[in-house]
Amino acid sequence: MTSGRTRQGAILAAIWAALIFAPYWMPLFGGYTALGTRVLAIGLGAMSVNFLLGFTGVLSFGHAAWFGLGAYGAGLCLKWVAASTPLGLLAGTLVGGIAGGLLGALLVRRRGIYFAMVTIAFGQVFYYIAFQWSSLTGGDDGLRGFARQPLHLGFATINILNNATAFYYFALLCFALAVGIMGFILRSPFGHTMIAIRENERRARFLGIAIELHIWIAFTLSCFFMAFSGALYAMVNNFADPRMLHYSLSGDFVIMAVMGGMRTFWGPLLGAVVFVVLQDYISSITVNWMSFIGLMIVAIVLFFPRGLLGLLRQRKTA
Amino acid sequence: MIDLLLFNATNGLIIGAFYALMAIGLSLILNLSNVINFAHGGFLVIGAYLSYSLTPYLGFWGALIVAPFLTAAIGFLVERLLIRRVYGRDPLYSLLLTFGLAFIIEDGTRQIWGALGKPTSIPAFLSKPLSYQFFFITGYRLFMVAIVVLAIAVLFVLLRYTRAGIRVRAGTLDLETVAALGINIRTLRSINFAVGIFLAGLAGVLASGQLGLEPTMGDGLLMPSFIAIIVGGVGSLTGTLLGGLMIGVAAGLTAVVFPSASDAIMYVIMAVVLLVRPRGLLGEEGMLT
Repeated sequence: MTSGRTRQGAILAAIWAALIFAPYWMPLFGGYTALGTRVLAIGLGAMSVNFLLGFTGVLSFGHAAWFGLGAYGAGLCLKWVAASTPLGLLAGTLVGGIAGGLLGALLVRRRGIYFAMVTIAFGQVFYYIAFQWSSLTGGDDGLRGFARQPLHLGFATINILNNATAFYYFALLCFALAVGIMGFILRSPFGHTMIAIRENERRARFLGIAIELHIWIAFTLSCFFMAFSGALYAMVNNFADPRMLHYSLSGDFVIMAVMGGMRTFWGPLLGAVVFVVLQDYISSITVNWMSFIGLMIVAIVLFFPRGLLGLLRQRKTA
Repeated sequence: MIDLLLFNATNGLIIGAFYALMAIGLSLILNLSNVINFAHGGFLVIGAYLSYSLTPYLGFWGALIVAPFLTAAIGFLVERLLIRRVYGRDPLYSLLLTFGLAFIIEDGTRQIWGALGKPTSIPAFLSKPLSYQFFFITGYRLFMVAIVVLAIAVLFVLLRYTRAGIRVRAGTLDLETVAALGINIRTLRSINFAVGIFLAGLAGVLASGQLGLEPTMGDGLLMPSFIAIIVGGVGSLTGTLLGGLMIGVAAGLTAVVFPSASDAIMYVIMAVVLLVRPRGLLGEEGMLT
């Protein structure tokens, strides 16, 4: 038990050390700081999807909608309301989270494949809105003309706009905050109830747990996390476009979660690292990158459904 | 105004027939195998491009008949090699598998036939409008609808009166019992999948004459098909047919008053249906809730 705990502590320390020193070690492998920031935002998105998928057992295949709404919310707030990075993040998170919570109330009675189908379809609504309402969203060209703003702390100003490394650390702080809250929820009685629902919904119902309410809360929380990661992502390139809302991005997030290991807390982050880096790399060497990604997805489903971390864990117990 | 409404309603009905054709194929597969086929749009594209390549050799009519069968054969193989492996597993895996498959098909089409759209030709006698008053109803559109109606009618007759059709319908309700009665559900599922893909291929051939060929032409048709199934009710093919026609007409009529919302209206319909009647218009209680 104690050795297990120290082992866990060592792994956690290694993950955070790798994240904290990323701007220093990434260039050695041909990476660049903005790529690291992108991975953080996408990884947080994959972890948010997994918050629902891996820990409540509910498959949403439309989560890109909340990611994209977060991105547009942040962008529009920065552009039209106030030039403030924290306010933009807050606005994006609220827009995506509240929209997700409202729609979630309509969906919670659905289960399994039907739930997935309805979430895909509803997610696409926002894609069409972003695509069609070009006077507000810039349509197909995407939303431009906003930028993250330097942070004013009262006693000092941190220029996260022009200094990529400073922005990376700001993003890491946001990431740590969100991941901390996520971990706290999962360790709370509510988190244990989520897992109980995942393991055996009928038994949980017999124990008197309000299943629909719990799933709705988990769904809504996951939407808030998702929107937060989207808002962060919009600030990486100071850009938001309709593809951030499209169901194929939802699929990417699910793949990241599965690839990393959806029964693990950190798996989706690992999945996001592998997915983003591979996509970046493959699309730079071949025009047929779609086939490679497709084959990778098929291979994961058929041969590695437990994901990378699941594979490690399995080997350890065997 | 009446003319305009009539024009758009007819237009919507034609598009709706098309959504229905796609959606019924998806629905067949979903009902029996519990798989949402994300690659359905991909198979539509395969059907369309196959007919394009076959037309010089077989002519328009030959390609119209052969291309869907070839597409179905490809579907049969894909089911045998890939889809079959995820039956009975969490729906997550079938979704992801077909999602990846859609990527491969889209990229493969681009590789084989090129990324640019291709012009298509339809027989001259079909491209003429029927009359000056109804200028918008070209022969081809009427022909499309006729083929769709024919295909759906044949399918319904097959499902109702043939042994395999009755088994498929029984399997929709309770596959385990059907298997326990000694029916080979592996073969049944393969054939059922191939029939679903046949309909996608047919939709592709018909669409290519109307929309032109592009590797991404299936994308725009996939989402309406999902919505048709949800609105009509999972488990009911008649419901899917009704759902497809309904959202097609609704989209057509919305285009009269508020063109930019014509895509959004089907989502509104879906939301209302889910609120008022969560299992869909004709859905069975307890199916895939």
